[in-house]
Amino acid sequence: MMRSLSRLVRKFHSINVRYRNPRIGMSPAVRTSLMALRLYLLLLVALMLYKFVSLLVA
Amino acid sequence: MNVFAKLYYRLAKGAKAVQLYLVIAGPGIVVMVADNDAGGITTYAATGAKYGYSLIWFLLLLIPVAYYVQEMTVRLGAVTKRGHAEAIFAGFGAFWGWFSLVDLMIVDWLTLVTEFIGMTSALEIFGIPPWFTFAAVVLLLATIVLNGRYWTWEKIALLFCALNLVYIPGAFMVHPSVHDIVRQGLMPNLPGGFDGQLFFFLMANIGTTIAPWMLFFQQSAVVDKGLLEKDIPWGKFDTWLGSVLTVVVAVFIVVVTGTVLRGVDIDSAAQASAQLQETHHWVGTFMAIGLFDAGLLGAICISLASSWAFGEIFGWAHSLNTNIKEAPWFYACYFFMLLSAGAVVLIPGAPLVLITLFVQVIAVTLLPAALVFLILLLNDKENMGEYTNTRTQNALGGTIVLLIVVLSTLYGVSVLFPGLFG
Repeated sequence: MMRSLSRLVRKFHSINVRYRNPRIGMSPAVRTSLMALRLYLLLLVALMLYKFVSLLVA
Repeated sequence: MNVFAKLYYRLAKGAKAVQLYLVIAGPGIVVMVADNDAGGITTYAATGAKYGYSLIWFLLLLIPVAYYVQEMTVRLGAVTKRGHAEAIFAGFGAFWGWFSLVDLMIVDWLTLVTEFIGMTSALEIFGIPPWFTFAAVVLLLATIVLNGRYWTWEKIALLFCALNLVYIPGAFMVHPSVHDIVRQGLMPNLPGGFDGQLFFFLMANIGTTIAPWMLFFQQSAVVDKGLLEKDIPWGKFDTWLGSVLTVVVAVFIVVVTGTVLRGVDIDSAAQASAQLQETHHWVGTFMAIGLFDAGLLGAICISLASSWAFGEIFGWAHSLNTNIKEAPWFYACYFFMLLSAGAVVLIPGAPLVLITLFVQVIAVTLLPAALVFLILLLNDKENMGEYTNTRTQNALGGTIVLLIVVLSTLYGVSVLFPGLFG
């Protein structure tokens, strides 16, 4: 069990290492798009949390 | 005589072209027809019942929308030979990669549950218990994927795509007024004025036309099929035909419910089928068969989208051209998704309505990201070479993506806060 768990952790680590550096050139357009996407997702998560909390309170 | 000989020659040539297309058809047509899944059928049935033929023009507008988005996955897959998940990991790094993969897994699993809801409720109309439907579907899908050949899987999927056309005779059987369809349906109009409810329906129709799993599925299928750059025109044609077919089927569903169930509140396609059976027995039966087929096609594709994505990232063998011994993790992932999602439907009192609503909300968190990545990847000259998006393609694709992002977000928000738009 522990061996398979550690193998899994190693697998995740190797994936993270393999894809550490984004291959796409980080031009201003790409940076802006990714930043907008981050903000958009944060907003959505905040909305979902608000909905979840308001359902719990009600 | 010469005229007849020429005519024969042309017909024979046309028949050969059709035969050739049938041999190489897919995966564009499969993914586009599977887009009319159980949730989609419910949306179209409800749209027809609520607004009659009035929104047919809007559905027709969705043909190019679906085509331009899916066409980009054909080019990306054929040129890079990478699935969408792998392309995101490689292009944008591990953070965005994991985000997309985990989100895809959640969306796919939840959507798969809705497909099982559709299939079991459709067959319940014929008195078949849900556990039997579940067992039969799993057995059928296992037989389809375990044959060890992508080609065979695709051709069987195409057969189920053909069954999706069952709505067309159904529409003719209710004798709709062609004059009314043309007058009300083909002239752009907003029935009853623009209000919150109409907005919700418009967004729901867009939401069923473009789903995140479709991007991942088609790109991975293009790679698994082994399409090359020279095959891109065929892949585009296949996708175009699929997008026309999917909207045509949607229009016929709207015609059926718009003719018979106008003014009735529709909560599910199964409810629409049962109600149709009361007045038009065979039309209701066709609707139920179509709903089962839609759920089955959705299940065929969605379960594969996740397995391919995980295989690409974890480095497992992940092709339908391999058998279970060669790709055990790929098939384990496939069956885990299928069995766990199907089992949920069998749990007494499971929150199925909540799950259906949750799918739409979670999909909204993945769709914009997947679409933005798609546009950025298609602008990567180093990898895409001559297949990089042109300015026109960027303007067109960018506008469509922006519209989908805004509208699907509003749709997701309106599901979370139903009273927000009045």
